[in-house]
Amino acid sequence: MEHKDYKSINKPVRKKDAMQLLLGKPVYTDDLTPAHALVVKILRSPHANAIIEQINTAAAKKVPGVVDIYTWEDVPSVRFAIAGQTYPEPSPYDRLILDRHVRFVGDAAAIIAAETEKAALKAMRLIKVKYQVLEPVLDFRKAKDNPVLVHPEEDWFPPCEVGGDNRRNLVASEENEDGDVEQVLADCDIVLDRTYHTKAFNQAMMETFRTYTELDRYGRLHVISSTQIVFHCRRILSRALGIPKSRIRVEKPRIGGGFGAKQTAVCEVYPAFVTLKTGRPAKLIYTREESQTAGSPRHEMEIRIRLGANRDGTIRCLDFYTLSNTGAYGEHGPTTVGLSGHKAIPLYTGGLEAYRFRYDVVYTNLQASGAYRGYGATQGIYALETIVNELAESIGMDPTVIRDKNMVREGMRMPAYYNEIANACALDRCMEHCKRIFGWEEKYPVRDMGNGRVRAAGVAMAMQGSCISNVDVGSATVKLSEDGTYNLLIGAADMGTGCDTILAQMVAECMDCSVDDVAVFGADTDASPYDSGSYASSTTYITGKAVEKACAELKQRICSIGAQMLGCGVEEVTFEGDRVSREQSGQSVSLTEIAYKAQVNNTQAAQATATHSSPVSPPPYMVGMVEIELDKNTGLVTILDYMAVVDCGIPINPALARIQTEGGIVQGIGHTLTEDVRYDHRGRPIGSSFMQYKLPTRLDMGTLRVEFEHSYEPTGPFGAKSIGEIVINTPAPAITHAIYRATGVWYRELPITPEKIVIPPKEEDRAEGRKES
Amino acid sequence: MITIQNYVRAQSLEEAYRLNQNRRSRVLGGMLWLKMGNASVNTAIDLCDLGLDTIEETADQFVIGATATLRQMELHPGLNAYTGGAVAEAVRHIIGVQFRNMATVGGSVWGRFGFSDVLTVLLGMETYVELYHGGILPLEQFAAMKYDRDILVRVIIQKKPGRFVYQSMRNQRTDFPVIACAVSRIGEEYRAVIGARPGRALVIRDERGLLKEGITGERARAFADDAAWRTPTEGNLRGSAAYRTHLIRVLTERGLLALGGGYEWKSR
Amino acid sequence: MEITMTLNGRAVTDHIDADLLLIDFLRAHGCYSVKRGCETSGCGLCTVIMDGRPILSCSILAARAAGHSVQTLEGLQEEASEFVGFIADQGADQCGFCNPGFVMNTIALLRENPNPTDDEIREYLAGNLCRCSGYDGQLRGIRAYLDSRQG
Repeated sequence: MEHKDYKSINKPVRKKDAMQLLLGKPVYTDDLTPAHALVVKILRSPHANAIIEQINTAAAKKVPGVVDIYTWEDVPSVRFAIAGQTYPEPSPYDRLILDRHVRFVGDAAAIIAAETEKAALKAMRLIKVKYQVLEPVLDFRKAKDNPVLVHPEEDWFPPCEVGGDNRRNLVASEENEDGDVEQVLADCDIVLDRTYHTKAFNQAMMETFRTYTELDRYGRLHVISSTQIVFHCRRILSRALGIPKSRIRVEKPRIGGGFGAKQTAVCEVYPAFVTLKTGRPAKLIYTREESQTAGSPRHEMEIRIRLGANRDGTIRCLDFYTLSNTGAYGEHGPTTVGLSGHKAIPLYTGGLEAYRFRYDVVYTNLQASGAYRGYGATQGIYALETIVNELAESIGMDPTVIRDKNMVREGMRMPAYYNEIANACALDRCMEHCKRIFGWEEKYPVRDMGNGRVRAAGVAMAMQGSCISNVDVGSATVKLSEDGTYNLLIGAADMGTGCDTILAQMVAECMDCSVDDVAVFGADTDASPYDSGSYASSTTYITGKAVEKACAELKQRICSIGAQMLGCGVEEVTFEGDRVSREQSGQSVSLTEIAYKAQVNNTQAAQATATHSSPVSPPPYMVGMVEIELDKNTGLVTILDYMAVVDCGIPINPALARIQTEGGIVQGIGHTLTEDVRYDHRGRPIGSSFMQYKLPTRLDMGTLRVEFEHSYEPTGPFGAKSIGEIVINTPAPAITHAIYRATGVWYRELPITPEKIVIPPKEEDRAEGRKES
Repeated sequence: MITIQNYVRAQSLEEAYRLNQNRRSRVLGGMLWLKMGNASVNTAIDLCDLGLDTIEETADQFVIGATATLRQMELHPGLNAYTGGAVAEAVRHIIGVQFRNMATVGGSVWGRFGFSDVLTVLLGMETYVELYHGGILPLEQFAAMKYDRDILVRVIIQKKPGRFVYQSMRNQRTDFPVIACAVSRIGEEYRAVIGARPGRALVIRDERGLLKEGITGERARAFADDAAWRTPTEGNLRGSAAYRTHLIRVLTERGLLALGGGYEWKSR
Repeated sequence: MEITMTLNGRAVTDHIDADLLLIDFLRAHGCYSVKRGCETSGCGLCTVIMDGRPILSCSILAARAAGHSVQTLEGLQEEASEFVGFIADQGADQCGFCNPGFVMNTIALLRENPNPTDDEIREYLAGNLCRCSGYDGQLRGIRAYLDSRQG
């Protein structure tokens, strides 16, 4: 492991926008865009599956202030996907701006443009729609080969071959295997066969989806949107609206949280369509209810695992089948599911002799799913870590010991992870470190606190990736200014994560200047260099490396201009941060002089753009431990302590890495205990406002403690790997484990509510580690 | 979205009452619940100018104005001394300080919401409501009445010596309760008030005299069983009927045991 | 109807609809710090201080605020500046969308209780949701500020 003395890296630098944000400055989409824009509202289907037979807007259009109303008859008939993914997208082209066939309760039926919100809402009530109501597909276990098709249309189009077939309600399907699973299972002392179920949790970022559109001074479509993916967004709009990319500019201001939700162009197309039709500025701001019911939540998954092990705790075989529910549209369906196996199974590379991973992704008439922090790995790790805990408890082995015995270690080749080598892996040290600070030996035994209250502990490990290998592209432009300061231009999107700041730290480290001397701009399709966007845990790792490369190139150019000024060859000079020196003569020119020179009679740009992509996606690793107090009489679970140790390589900014971890843990706590996505028997969402969909408050999360174990990832910038997503993966299995310890019941469906603890659902298995072999 | 044509700050109770006789008028209260509906209101009547925003304590009663807030109740030293903190415990879980600075006692009591912690805790005491036309009547009677067009002016609590314990079970700390449970002994009378059944809070009295010899573990359990058996429950998003019945038993028993050893307020 | 209120120390008069909510009045008058995060009075993003008390501006009519004094973060920059740097040092600002409401309620807390315990801080701020930070960083920031005043 490499230990370097850095000036700006591995330092808890304040976020560049911190004071603007904390002092409430107007920096978000709705603050920066004119209030006189047309208000755009969407009339949404009350049926889960229906054909619009008639839609009469005449009366609604007469409402004073209503500018226009659009229906399926007014929009282009080219199908597209709104997933923010690199072209050709794995997600099927299965959407129209407005479709005659509405496929979930909340699907768009009409677009209303009005001068005021009141007028738009009044018009909404006056639109008369006659629906031919069809039977919906609501149970994802019955979706595959169901006679009812969610997408019967002829023009359904998958840009990539991912095993989908709209005639079978299938978005994707695959099977892969390493070793002979059946043979190894037959040879194992113990085979556990378990099925786990996770729900379609909402990202619930504080700023709902929102987009402003106008025609700019050249008559181009100018989009200001709360998005993680400006370039993908431009491509999506271009296809959906049928206009060239040269006529579209997409930029993002500060974003009020994303967590993957804004990796899907959920709402951009509607105001863009209004602006193209009317020529007027338009703004669409989703209500919280819309964000929760017509957004892009996590994929509900059911994961069956067969685990084969020896009595000594050696895990020899893992057989996964994941059934993923993409809902009414296929965004991110074919890709999230892959992580449920490929970013879980490699955790147990240690003694694994064989694995198999099969999956189906199905359409249903429910809200379309999308990208949410963790992106399938969360679901897979919940299932895998729970079955490993079940194994440990069933053979009476300490669950941390069984992990020590089987976990992936540095240098191992990971067959389930595309045969990548674990170049940097401190998972073993994370476990040891976490056990120590948590006090595992004292907290693992169940303690009776009297009056029905017990204390118990649970553990889980996690991994993720650091980009989409061989796909993601990050770029950075670094420019020298006249006073020797720098501008950094990026296409990655800081959504609160602090990427603007950590990338500036990298520039400061490379250029030997202070972080304050680096101004960051992003992201804007007109001005930023191309970047896939901020998702897949890629920004630190991929865009960071691009920053490093751009700085190296810029340094070279600065030296070249400096050498020219000093009248010598470039090989004779050295870059010294604020100047370029010629050692031989002792002469030097300052950065300011070089910068001014670059503006006079000069043909070498004092700026550089570099692009990076990676053939590997090095996993970060993590261990989480939780102590709970459980009231057996009421079922109330109180989180007392949550401790985590993370290996994200070298943390570029330990303060921000810590906050990322804490935030991810609390989201995970919410998914495990209080957040629930529910539908009634007709597919109507119930309880989706914040009054019913309960995020954890600061009284619901106990005490957090987060520490780091460094490793050095040779392919990452300054040894860094990712941090943003992995942090959400441990709470569900760790808390599930602690609840088992306290109650003797394995809960295999999330969330685990107090009622379920008092009255366990029938299918829950009370047996101590039921054995099948 | 609620729509309102006119906003009037009533200058007298008579004016408020008169305006409220129209079917499309609404008294605003804290507005928190009203705002979430889709009501089309002709005249919104605001009582904020009527000086009803105080909690007054005398030797034998508390008089709480209709526009006093839940936060005022939470922080009122007298009310909390009298109830051993039960009033603060009843309201402190409700959303947040900002919310409790707005939600009014009058609005909560008038609403007679099933989930109401306020109604539940008040029913555990000797509480009356003062209506502009209807006069003063016991809260328990008012809680069972249908909505009419009267104006709630004050809530009055008689300071009878007693003990009070308030508990609630919430799936998340600031959520609505799954069950709210106020247990009290006023003079010689024991009560368990069960709210969030999820229907309107019900007062359960010790009609079988299970506790007349005082509280023991066994008697507490017997009364709790009785309360659970006698209280109708239903299921909703927060819990099933069976779980609620279970919680009534647990919280009532715990409440009684706490009552047995708890602090008792005696008149000076 | 015409109303006048004292907004950040200045009298502001406007013609409004009876059902205009205070949050929309405030944003229309340039107070963009005031954010809407839910429609169910449960997130705390729209917190402002009216007559010295923190309230939810999404849940009160602008008309009701007439004749009263309303403060938003725009008007309390100095008071906020005393402590928000400590939160920035933790990186707990994150996406920032909940910050104005959270900062306003923290101001209210510190006015009411200049030396709160950690539990008192958690309880007072319970109505301010944050989806990014996991809350602990916000608490550490406030604690660091309080400790700096002791020293």
